[in-house]
Amino acid sequence: MNPTDSSDRALQAEPAAVVAQPSYYSRFSLGQRYLHGVIMATFIGLALTGMVLRFSHSGWADGLALAVGGFSAILFWHKFCAVIMTIAFLIHLGDVGYRGIFKGQHGILWGPNSMVPRLKDIQDLYGHFRWFLWLGPRPEFDRYAYWEKFDYWAVFWGMGIIGISGYAMWFAPFFARVIPGSWLNIALLIHGEEALLAVWFIFAIHFFNTHLRPGSFPMDLVIFTGRMTEEELKEKHPAEYHRLVETGRLQAFLAPAPQRWLKNFGRVVGTVVVLSGFVLLVLTLFTYFRGS
Amino acid sequence: MRWSFAAVFFLAFLVPSACAQSNSECLTCHGQQSLTDAAGHSVYVNGDKQKTSVHGTLPCTACHTEIKGYPHPAHPAAVNCSSCHADEAKDVSVSIHAKASATPCLACHGNPHTIVPVKDPQSPVYALNIPKTCGSCHSNPEMARKYGLPNVYSMYMDSIHGFALTQDGLLVAASCTSCHGTHKILSHTNPESRTYRANIPATCGTCHAGPEREYFAGIHGQLVKSGDLDAPVCSDCHTAHHIASVQTASWQEQTSATCGGCHKERYATYLDTFHAQVSALGYVETAHCWNCHRYHDILPASDPHSSVARANLVATCGQCHQGATVSFVSFHPHADPRDPKSFPALHFAAIFMDLLLLGVFGFFGLHTILWFIRSAFDRRKGGGAPPERGA
Repeated sequence: MNPTDSSDRALQAEPAAVVAQPSYYSRFSLGQRYLHGVIMATFIGLALTGMVLRFSHSGWADGLALAVGGFSAILFWHKFCAVIMTIAFLIHLGDVGYRGIFKGQHGILWGPNSMVPRLKDIQDLYGHFRWFLWLGPRPEFDRYAYWEKFDYWAVFWGMGIIGISGYAMWFAPFFARVIPGSWLNIALLIHGEEALLAVWFIFAIHFFNTHLRPGSFPMDLVIFTGRMTEEELKEKHPAEYHRLVETGRLQAFLAPAPQRWLKNFGRVVGTVVVLSGFVLLVLTLFTYFRGS
Repeated sequence: MRWSFAAVFFLAFLVPSACAQSNSECLTCHGQQSLTDAAGHSVYVNGDKQKTSVHGTLPCTACHTEIKGYPHPAHPAAVNCSSCHADEAKDVSVSIHAKASATPCLACHGNPHTIVPVKDPQSPVYALNIPKTCGSCHSNPEMARKYGLPNVYSMYMDSIHGFALTQDGLLVAASCTSCHGTHKILSHTNPESRTYRANIPATCGTCHAGPEREYFAGIHGQLVKSGDLDAPVCSDCHTAHHIASVQTASWQEQTSATCGGCHKERYATYLDTFHAQVSALGYVETAHCWNCHRYHDILPASDPHSSVARANLVATCGQCHQGATVSFVSFHPHADPRDPKSFPALHFAAIFMDLLLLGVFGFFGLHTILWFIRSAFDRRKGGGAPPERGA
């Protein structure tokens, strides 16, 4: 969330890119990239194992379950990923709380560099729709566009609904001391439905918004490399770019060009994740609509 | 040769001379392997085997009563087993096999001259040989088609009874006759038949006395006892011939679908639950119908002795869910989100989730499509391939 943490300073310390190369600017810190990596890996794990459970009566679910070692393995990996994701989420919460409240970095909680929605997000959404329909200019998005904020907060909503209902079912007799057992019926229902929402949203909407839409296709490597070119920054986050230029802080974000291995790593991991997400999207959509 | 002469000599003194004389006289001709009647059928009798058969002490004329001396009529009347075996013959005459064969006795008991006691392993009706003997007709696809019968032989051979009999040689294992009877086999539509619906529990109970007692204590048995033949009997759940071991995972996996054959609504709501989801992935330890409702002594929840009566739920659920409490068992394993009357909270949660999904995908679906069209148009107008992003 905050662009100016230690890893960014490490990037700045290195000499600027070779003259022929475009200038790169840091967008995500190493910590943020690791956080996204962990959330991504555990989400894929949870989605695969969870959808196998959700659509266990379909042939492909049976085959997938068999491939990983049957039901026991499915449930083990589901819980394993859930715990890792929960830890990553709590670390992030702790980090935001520590920096935002104890260290007084209020920019995390409010302003153009914050994930907290602002009036501008509503205006951008309206403006974006106008642009879709050739009714106005393309809005000047800031550091985090409204759909990026939606993706971010969807994790909170998802963690709340899916996480709590999941742990309630995992430790059902324990939770039943606090809540009525009949609520576990609701827990199962919303766990499955909310998971379907999350899986379809990530594998269809998030993948389109970030990677597959014209302008980003085939893949936006920024989450792997942590940096983007000046041209890209100008195009995707013009409000941020202009602000940085006006305040003279742009140079502080200058970063060396990403190494080739890092780009290739991003391409391979990204392709595997996008493709497996797409396969799961098609399978679940097919089973969902054929079944109902 | 010398021994057989001695034997004949010995027999001639021991048994009434008329008989011995008679049999050896008959065998003078009928002991020749090449002997045939006018139609060309063999009329050879193996004298040695006949002597050691269960009928070995009888003269030929005991069965072939028409023959008084030689020469005998060219076409003597068929042998009538009933002259000695009156009870068995009477049973066969009313059985489904009465018209199945011109010589129904021989169809199962084999060559009349070599019949050995039932306990003799050589007998076609020896316990271990029965499936093969019955199967000589009942594995015939032509016959199965003609009488509309399933191919019961192969089913039986693959069943737990068939395995016990053929692989373990268990004499007490059920074979065809254990359930269908022997001479008086009746159609399962005949109320006197051992395989008539109302009689099946007693038939199976001949061996499975424990399950029979439990079954009649349960609701299914009580219904059958009261004359409701739509209620399930043993074979409805276990099948008649293809009975599997209840210990096998493959059998346990499909038990819920078996119950679901009648209890359709209950099965549909079961399928919505985690129990069914993990069961479909081959996890047999999860709850199937019978884990909660029991199997033979199933009772409705309204009965205080039922495993699913309110007062017994903590114990029943606690079989798997250690630490189950009264609150825990208020979980409803057959909750139906489509039923607002019985499950209002669940029903509205389901509507809320549907609307949420519809709202999110309706909005972002439109957003995505419009964005795609607009940006694709812009890119084309701008010309050239976009540079790689984030790199």
